[in-house]
Amino acid sequence: MSEAARPLVTTRQDDTGIAARIEGSAIGDSVYRWMTTAFALCVPVILILIAIGVGEAAWPAFKTFGLGFLTSSDWDPPHNVFGAAPAIYGTIVSSIVALVIATPLALGVAIFLSEFAPPWLRQPVAFLVDLLAAIPSVVYGLWGIFVLQPFLRDRVMPFLAGLPVVGKSALFEGPAYGPSMLGAGLILAIMVLPFISAVSREVLMAVPRSQREAALALGATKWEMIADAVVPYARSGIIGGIILGLGRALGETMAVTMLIGNVHQISASLFAPGYTMASLIANEFAEATGDLHLSALMAVGAVLFVLTLIVNGIARWLVWRVSREARS
Amino acid sequence: MATMAPAKPSGRGPRPSGVQRAAAERTRTTLGRRRVVNVVMIAVTLVAAVVATLPLVFILWHLVQAGASSINLAFFTQIPKPPGEAGGGMANAIVGTLVLIGAASAFGLPIGIGAGLYLAENRGTMLANTVRFLSDVLNGLPSIVMGIFAWQFLVKPMGKFTALAGGIALGAMMIPLVTRTTEEMISIVPVSLREAALALGYSRWRTSLVVILRTALPGIVTGALVAVSRIAGETAPLLFTVLGNQFWSLSLREPIAALPLQIFNFAISPYDAQHSLAWAGALVLIGIVLIISLAARFATRSRFGHGGD
Amino acid sequence: MTRSTLFTLAAAGLMSVVACSGSDTKGATDSAAASTPPSAASRGGVDLTGAGATFPYPIYSKWISDYNAKAGIKINYQAIGSGGGIRQLQEGTVDFGASDAPMTDEEMAKAKGGPILHIPTVLGAVVLTYNLPDVTQPLNLSGEIIADIFLGKITKWNDSRIVSLNAGAKLSARDIIVVHRSEGSGTTYIFSEYLTAVSPAWAAGPGKGKELKWPVGLGGRGNDGVSGQVKQTPGTLGYVELAYANQNKLAVAKVRNAAGQFIAPAIASITAAAAGAVEKLPATTDYRVSIVNAPGADAYPISSFTWLLVYQHQANAAKGKKLVDFMKWALTEGEGSAAALDYAPLPASLGAQLLDRLASIQVGTAS
Repeated sequence: MSEAARPLVTTRQDDTGIAARIEGSAIGDSVYRWMTTAFALCVPVILILIAIGVGEAAWPAFKTFGLGFLTSSDWDPPHNVFGAAPAIYGTIVSSIVALVIATPLALGVAIFLSEFAPPWLRQPVAFLVDLLAAIPSVVYGLWGIFVLQPFLRDRVMPFLAGLPVVGKSALFEGPAYGPSMLGAGLILAIMVLPFISAVSREVLMAVPRSQREAALALGATKWEMIADAVVPYARSGIIGGIILGLGRALGETMAVTMLIGNVHQISASLFAPGYTMASLIANEFAEATGDLHLSALMAVGAVLFVLTLIVNGIARWLVWRVSREARS
Repeated sequence: MATMAPAKPSGRGPRPSGVQRAAAERTRTTLGRRRVVNVVMIAVTLVAAVVATLPLVFILWHLVQAGASSINLAFFTQIPKPPGEAGGGMANAIVGTLVLIGAASAFGLPIGIGAGLYLAENRGTMLANTVRFLSDVLNGLPSIVMGIFAWQFLVKPMGKFTALAGGIALGAMMIPLVTRTTEEMISIVPVSLREAALALGYSRWRTSLVVILRTALPGIVTGALVAVSRIAGETAPLLFTVLGNQFWSLSLREPIAALPLQIFNFAISPYDAQHSLAWAGALVLIGIVLIISLAARFATRSRFGHGGD
Repeated sequence: MTRSTLFTLAAAGLMSVVACSGSDTKGATDSAAASTPPSAASRGGVDLTGAGATFPYPIYSKWISDYNAKAGIKINYQAIGSGGGIRQLQEGTVDFGASDAPMTDEEMAKAKGGPILHIPTVLGAVVLTYNLPDVTQPLNLSGEIIADIFLGKITKWNDSRIVSLNAGAKLSARDIIVVHRSEGSGTTYIFSEYLTAVSPAWAAGPGKGKELKWPVGLGGRGNDGVSGQVKQTPGTLGYVELAYANQNKLAVAKVRNAAGQFIAPAIASITAAAAGAVEKLPATTDYRVSIVNAPGADAYPISSFTWLLVYQHQANAAKGKKLVDFMKWALTEGEGSAAALDYAPLPASLGAQLLDRLASIQVGTAS
């Protein structure tokens, strides 16, 4: 193919050439369409393979325990009794905590970098925040144990427990040993921050200048321009970034398991230790040899799978609602 | 708005009425408040930026403190020594990680970018919505599940652990990130650009690949780099696919060493000397990702400024 | 032709090559589960591949490195967990496995290469470590007390039962914060095996296993997680492998053994436990034995073997020979390096018996 040599605009003598080239481009177009479709289909194929594998392996556990698997807190490998309720609860709560902490921070950083930062500051700071994604989770876990957890136990938790109204609530009750849902949520927040921030930043920077100029021309302050013209334009991208971060939070194992205490219990308090589904699988898979035990772990994986489906379904629906309102 | 009385010869406008003065007063205070809000929010985002970079600074500081003493030439040229013996390094793991990143990118980037292109250009179709949804679900799977299934489909049939299996497991983890960012970046390119290219006689596929993709490239590269960062540090999928290797290996069909595995092994050992090596390894891993990021940004830098209009 | 187009096409080409090699193997998924393990094709640079327990990883690394220097043989051992090692050995994806807990009969039945031999290599011990700044001498604890603490029945450090064994120790009314392992591990298996042997309440309750339903306590991840937690938090009591307690300079309790003596965990007392247990073994033992609560006045009661797992029939003659040679070397010369790394070597009597057992491995004849 000598694309580079072919001129874009042809002279009149080349009319037959144009016809040939239009047909040629029709072939190119269909090849392109087939290839992108094929690549797009790889995603469902991989997922279906995994789903079938997980489902098959998980079936014995579900058959043995039925729906009680989802509601029981009794996890007793030597006696072949398994119940995943605390892990399910822990996954949901830790992810929520992580997103609640990370999203405002990430958006703040993204907005700062795309709107306010001088160009010489933008690249380095963006790099720094994106580098957070490169830190291995085991390093997060170890840093969490040696630095974050003592900090939480000695400063943050007493502070939170001492707050006027909120401090007495069920959220902050119980002794503060260190390993806790709060610790896990916090380390997750740090880990998902770069995902939300990177995507939001790129999307914000790509908002056309005309949008910004139009808002400013109408008398908006810089902040109003951002909040009313730029961010809404980039909304779907930002939500996309949040969903990416959520995915990371749901599936993270190493760092969480080092900070959450790994206790099969459900507690309203953020100071209490707990468990997450991903940690459970990662903790026990390497040593599990009993058939039912392995199947129970795969069943936890299946539940996580379904949870991810549900959460993403909700997120999709939210996006659809929001964009429908915007359109009407 | 109040009607204006004919201008007086003095050049100033007519004297404002009481209503007009009250309105002006309101606008001034509102404007004042709006200005205050403006400044406050700028400060808030600045604080957010600082807070967001703090963890990285703390972690890097901790790593440097704990691991810098172990970084020397031997670290980059020698394979690990057993505990109790001084010296040794993680050279085979560094090379192994680079091989794995290469293999994962070769698998994950084309699929991710291709899928992202498809999603962006076919927005609203049922297949696109399904694929986007499933891609998000794939992103949420714990990496250990990925590893278990790579073991099932690639290691068990082949009868051995291979770097290739690890590369594919990691590549599969990259796909959702790359797909999502590619799709977003391509969608945000103004339609006018595509129409202009088509009007100039570009075929559809050339428009997509040459014009649109190149415009969106910086954002796509960011997505790819974030994906590479994510998988460079993953341990769990590697345990059951590449296994790890104490010796040198470059082959895709053999077990291979990898930095995250080596870091993990050293970090959980009882010996302080190995802990120090683990932190040093983490520093080097972050350094590798940094270098890859810089190189990729340099290679794809735009001559025409960034995105937008 | 632009960079991006070229890149996309090249990547697509590479992808299809990868996919082709992938699909060949996917088609073979079920047929590969044949009667014999896939014959080990030449593995390039590495001569033998093994996987399994994390506990002996340091000593095995040392042995591999020393043996490589001596005989030029490269052995790749990776610590993916005892269960992982057993699974890989069953499937034949590794040449040998390693485990802190013996395989059950069902697990051995699932092995695709025939019967499996358990070869003990070194000894480990589980120690009770605690964080009590005011206590200067090692605490004395008995099995029943330890079990009741971990069951949640004894909750304060100044409980009368603890005080009665430790006259003079400054024990305050502090809560005992129990720390156990969060993930499955051989260490937990050994510890729970001991508690099951000494406490009927424990045997009836949590029982014995690599993961347990713990009545009380925090979970630490890995031996380092538990030792880290104990180091940081006053009032904690946890269990870790000896090496971690030594390397971290943690306070360690003396435990009462079957002979009634309070013994501190040390290389000598652990080897003594194995010696005492081995005396009682029949000649036909398969070495899948527990040595907790071993007889002998000097024995440390929470000791255990760790095993290498190998097929009795080695299908690949070259590999089989290398494997047997390595194990012979390890059992004779390797044991000397164990103590420096806080592992207790096997008693001499056992070493000789094991060499005989190694001779029973059939190299080169298919099962």
